[in-house]
Amino acid sequence: MMKIVSLCSHWGEVSLSVPPSERLAMFTEMVRDPAVLVITATILAACSGVPGLFLRHGPLGQRLATAGALAASLLALPALVSMLASGARAGFVIDWNLPFGACEIALDPLSLFFLIPIFLVFPAGSLYACGYWPAASHRSSEPSVTFFYGLLCAAMALVVVARNGALFMIAWEIMALAGYFLLVTEHEEPEVRSAGTVYLIASHIGAASLLVLFSQLRLATGSFLFPGTGSLQLAAASASLIFIAAVVGFGSKAGIMPLHIWLPSAHANAPSHVSALLSGVMLKIGIYGILRVVSFFPGHPLWWGILLVLAGLISALMGICIASAQKDIKRLLAYSSIENLGIITAGIGMALVGQGTANPRLAYLGLAGALFHVLNHSLFKPLLFFAAGSVMHATGTRDMDRMGGLAARMPWSAALCLGGAVAICGLPPFNGFASEFLLYLGFFGEARAPEPYLALGAPVLALVGGVAVISFVKLFGITFLGAPRSPEAAKVHEAPAAMLLPMALLALLSLLGGLFPQLFLRLVHPVVSAVTPATLRYPGLPVRALWFASLGGCVLVLAAALFWYLRRRGSALPAGSGPTWGCGYLRPTARMQYTASSFGDMLGSLASPLIRARITVGGIAGVAPAAVRLSYIPEETILYRVIQPVFSVVGIGFAFIRRLQHGEVQIYILYIFATLFLLMFWVE
Amino acid sequence: MIDTLLHMVLVLAMPPLILGVIGKTKAAFAGRVGAPFLQPYYDLSRLMRKGVVLSDTTTWIFRAGPVVTLAATLFAALLVPLGKHPAPISFEGDMILFAYLFALGRFFTTVAALDTGSAFEGMGAAREVTFSCLAEPTLFFALITLTRLSGTMSLTPMLQHVTLSVWVSAGAALLLMLAGLFVVLLAENCRIPFDDPNTHLELTMIHEVMVLDHSGPYFGCILYGAALKLYLLGALFLNIAIPFTGGNGYLDWGIFACSMLALAVAIGVVESVMARLRLIRVPQLLVAAMILTAFSLVLVVR
Repeated sequence: MMKIVSLCSHWGEVSLSVPPSERLAMFTEMVRDPAVLVITATILAACSGVPGLFLRHGPLGQRLATAGALAASLLALPALVSMLASGARAGFVIDWNLPFGACEIALDPLSLFFLIPIFLVFPAGSLYACGYWPAASHRSSEPSVTFFYGLLCAAMALVVVARNGALFMIAWEIMALAGYFLLVTEHEEPEVRSAGTVYLIASHIGAASLLVLFSQLRLATGSFLFPGTGSLQLAAASASLIFIAAVVGFGSKAGIMPLHIWLPSAHANAPSHVSALLSGVMLKIGIYGILRVVSFFPGHPLWWGILLVLAGLISALMGICIASAQKDIKRLLAYSSIENLGIITAGIGMALVGQGTANPRLAYLGLAGALFHVLNHSLFKPLLFFAAGSVMHATGTRDMDRMGGLAARMPWSAALCLGGAVAICGLPPFNGFASEFLLYLGFFGEARAPEPYLALGAPVLALVGGVAVISFVKLFGITFLGAPRSPEAAKVHEAPAAMLLPMALLALLSLLGGLFPQLFLRLVHPVVSAVTPATLRYPGLPVRALWFASLGGCVLVLAAALFWYLRRRGSALPAGSGPTWGCGYLRPTARMQYTASSFGDMLGSLASPLIRARITVGGIAGVAPAAVRLSYIPEETILYRVIQPVFSVVGIGFAFIRRLQHGEVQIYILYIFATLFLLMFWVE
Repeated sequence: MIDTLLHMVLVLAMPPLILGVIGKTKAAFAGRVGAPFLQPYYDLSRLMRKGVVLSDTTTWIFRAGPVVTLAATLFAALLVPLGKHPAPISFEGDMILFAYLFALGRFFTTVAALDTGSAFEGMGAAREVTFSCLAEPTLFFALITLTRLSGTMSLTPMLQHVTLSVWVSAGAALLLMLAGLFVVLLAENCRIPFDDPNTHLELTMIHEVMVLDHSGPYFGCILYGAALKLYLLGALFLNIAIPFTGGNGYLDWGIFACSMLALAVAIGVVESVMARLRLIRVPQLLVAAMILTAFSLVLVVR
């Protein structure tokens, strides 16, 4: 049951009127309350980077921050899991003296669920940063990166627990800005600066849409407080307006096509542990927002679900097709995030269609599949970004065409990256398969419906899975296998333990989720039953979870036994080694290998409306031509042919506004004052 | 129990024979005597006794490739019903697992090919993943159509639902589906017109080139895994194509084994009378197959 405790008055009471012995008892009781632990962990996360700002020299600040992050997650994760399992809810009201109504924060299953990835990836990323972005070699940028990393985590947690529109927007802005400052860490690079600007603009267009959403909610309910689950009865037009505003605002954060333009460059240009947090967690906050807004309404028109299914499947297919043509390792991962978030959105849409057509099975499979995939993606995507970071750390480049052969010198990174790649393709026995399996079951079940339109999702998902295999065979194979394509790739070193440890943890959890999906589904089920109306309850997984364990176990054991047998057999038989067979050609070089560009080119030629390669070749002239350069840059067609021209026209149209921006802060303050004054005048 | 045992024996022992029959058919068309029917078995036993030559650029992934592929295919063998006998393992959604186990195998085969650092094998890997990703939706369209026809979501009941009466009522849809599935069968198993299993020294090859550097028992695993995959997809095809039952369990096993050999002859005939397609035509044919199976879904729904 929701208990509203006024936190501030509570504390006041503790410190003033209660005798010391009872104070201690009250304190221990509060500490035992898991909800308080979660709030404490959030505050701890926010403050984790603060000491580092003052201890400017040496690695102490970073170590303190990492210890804080680990402590925060050790406090929060058991509390979150126990609250989800027991179905507990908690709420707090904070006195804040702002004219937006009560400042309410609450922990219900939906919030608790989305806090799990936050407190899972944050400590992993902090630990990883000790090896990846050490204070010793990044003296100037490390304190601010560490500080904003903690702040971003806390802001995301606050977004998820906020129950007041104004508080939500404040937390949202802190989150967006902390993300911006993390993203522009390497601001000496012009590419990073422009990625940051695009991110900031896109983020604020999304925020503008959220302002529309919250003002509409305020018009409807008369307060900034969020309405409870299923309590908002509105006319169709205003409900749809709220829904559209939510899809645009939250969808742009989640990177749903075509609102994704900021995402690839932002995630590619941030430091890798930041990309892991942005991609593994921050995108999910958009999904949280959509789910939260949808949960306000007791019922919804069918087209909401259809819109989300279509948007999700289109995002998934286009995202992964563009990913398959990339040669920048982090850009590939960023586009694959668009794919995965598309799959999640399609699952939510499927659940809404199920609710709209009173089909409990579909409603369950869609929502459970989507939420399960949220959890899974927040495991394997950070893992892959960490692996990409290790590779960049070792080679100093993001260009896969210059890598190759890293597995020989980085065996652990390679093995862990292989696990992540198999998981993200949705292949058994890893967790990606289990969540996509639920969505497939949903699509297949619709084949029996009188109008089986939704069943067409299954072939689309299959195609997405096929292209994902192209992308990740390429990512893993071109990066880690073969012969080194550049001198830098030939002298790499294995990542330190601080970087390998978080990767190993995430890989292990990915495998665990694939073998024992029921463990993860126990976290998912409370959310499903909290969000789905009581008439549409579904008992649970229609397949025995044992199959996943036995399938994964069988394949793993069979493969291990065969491997061992062949190894023994190989040692008993005569063995030899030599160069790779070059079909009779005697002077093969590493540069003759297939590259990332050529590997994806075949599908790229089929997907040319989405992505085109810009190939520039220097002129070859004369009898004995000099060396020429060829460059190959995959370009997204929508971005370069549609969005950029539109924005440049808009930029010309609004050039006069630039005069307002002149860099004099006192005049800016005057702007703020004048705006406030005018607003007050208008309100009066 | 006996049926499960027979299932295992057939699935483990029969696949190389299919390759032998295909080879013999092709030889007959070319006017040669051809290798004996059991030649693939001799090849396998010879390979298992041979030493291994490993390239200097390779890592453990090169050796894991054939192994994982074979393990995944072996598990997939438990999911397909043979003839009118149910598969040993059957649960709701096993057809998704069936498709994804092949994808797992493909992932590891192609990754192992990239491990050699050879331009040829990289090219083969790129083609393999691209073509099979286009073949995947065809299989899923067929599975959706079968789900709709049978109302079940598991391979055994959905394939056993296809009886003579279903053929009478939905014959056109099933024919279109079979055409699509036959294309997938040829493409996934690298037969002509998509790929030539006999050559690996030409630039149009796909599967054979990926395994150029494998030798000895590892190559044996690959050959056996490929035969098994052909067998399983062939069994899927035959379950739809042969709708009648002999009424007796043992007779059904006999019918199945004979029809499997007939399918091998049919593949041999296709390989003998057709030329390999130009590479840029391959995606077009795969998309055409997808549209055929999509049509079969439309026919079933109307």
